[in-house]
Amino acid sequence: MADNGKPKFGMYWASSCGGCEISVLNIGDKILDVDSIFDIAFWPVAADFKYQDVRNYPDGYIDLCLFNGAIRNSENEEMAHLLRQKSKVLVAFGSCAYEGCIPALSNLTTKEATLRTVYLDNVSLDNPEGTVPQESTDVDVGELTLPSFYHTVKSLDQIVPVDYYIPGCPPEPHQIWAVLQVVVNGLLKGAELPPPGSIVGAGKVAVCEECVLEKDVKKIARFHRPYDLLPEPGICLLEQGIVCVGPATRSGCGALCPQVGMPCRGCYGPMDGVEDQGAKMLAAIASVLDVGKAGEDEHELKRKIDEAMETLVDPAGTFYRFSMAHSMLRRVRLNGNNGKKGEAQ
Amino acid sequence: MSEQSEPVIVGFLCNWCSYRAADLAGTARLHYAPNMRAIRVMCSGRVDPQFVLKALREGADGVIIAGCHPGECHYVEQNIKTLRRFSLLKRMLRQWGVEDERVQLVWASASEGKVLAEAIDRITQQVRALGPLRWQESVLGRNGDGHVAPVEDLTMAEEV
Repeated sequence: MADNGKPKFGMYWASSCGGCEISVLNIGDKILDVDSIFDIAFWPVAADFKYQDVRNYPDGYIDLCLFNGAIRNSENEEMAHLLRQKSKVLVAFGSCAYEGCIPALSNLTTKEATLRTVYLDNVSLDNPEGTVPQESTDVDVGELTLPSFYHTVKSLDQIVPVDYYIPGCPPEPHQIWAVLQVVVNGLLKGAELPPPGSIVGAGKVAVCEECVLEKDVKKIARFHRPYDLLPEPGICLLEQGIVCVGPATRSGCGALCPQVGMPCRGCYGPMDGVEDQGAKMLAAIASVLDVGKAGEDEHELKRKIDEAMETLVDPAGTFYRFSMAHSMLRRVRLNGNNGKKGEAQ
Repeated sequence: MSEQSEPVIVGFLCNWCSYRAADLAGTARLHYAPNMRAIRVMCSGRVDPQFVLKALREGADGVIIAGCHPGECHYVEQNIKTLRRFSLLKRMLRQWGVEDERVQLVWASASEGKVLAEAIDRITQQVRALGPLRWQESVLGRNGDGHVAPVEDLTMAEEV
């Protein structure tokens, strides 16, 4: 590790899909600037470094480490501790590291059920021997081990302190570039960095503020899933009964999804002043539903509203699609329901 | 689950009806369960679902939201919004593994001190029967890894 005086850059993926890595490459030819400004110290997807190389670095050797992916197993956790120790600025990069994202949806169930669905009960599987990964396996040459699979998926900041968060699934390339410029100015020119714990590379208000679709008075009688109907172009999707999580989601993406007829799914997490994205969305969506009015019989009112709410399938999975690990309750309770079966609907 | 533990219930009472109902229950010297901690809000529609989740996370075993009867809201239709939110919240709390009895919506007008007192009694009984919730300790303990389902519950958990 010849020191050429350049700041050191690291990027690591824990439980993630690889999309965050792609989004960094999507900053286009500016990636060459990144390469000329930084010295890459660790980036498994782009350069050949081993974990041992990182262990050999002095503490705080990496100036900027972008950590993407949630904490799903003991390997992810070990790397989170290691990279925290070796990095000056550790960034939770992308929705998984920031708030759990899609991997954390398995906090709606158990580790056993997750493994069973992935390895045993899935129509597209070909696993006649029913092989399921084990933490330890005895073979001729000795014992082989795998990282232990956790019961609950966690965000990076539930394991180690984090300096900044960049939301998004994945973060938008122009936002990544903007953040990199701020950090580079801080590292090379001594410019002031944002206060620790900031959410950077995103706006502060709701996605709706950026959305070009026309919004009027929202009055709907039932909810639709995106494949149920062809949305009218140019009109707010929520007004058409499609569950768009824009009202409870932080801006910064440019409201790309609603512009092409797909509802916002909430990947930028809750906006400023909101702790629990799902609860906020729940409150917003109830205001949109126009079923029942004052003066109706109380039982009839309740029945009508319940019936309309039934058309919203899987509220927890929809409202917390990206923020499960960072939500107030974080994971579902398994010993609840007092023995009642078939509780989902 | 200790036999002695008394359920802690957080009650969000609307300023115009249910809080006055509680006042009336007091001046009428009605006896009812002392388990509810009353929080006065201007309207049941002010109760952000975040308040309910936060109460459950921070140690409440149950939550009561109480407001004016539909049609009698001081803010015309806010309590209808409460009803819509509550309907969805209940559906969502089932997915989180929180029993229906733990979070309940009660209508009690300013003259219905007795209705409110009876509801508090009933809900306290129901929550006591369910046992403590203790979200911090039992679900989030050991960073979420201490909470493991009994084996016979696993099929059910998968259907969530």
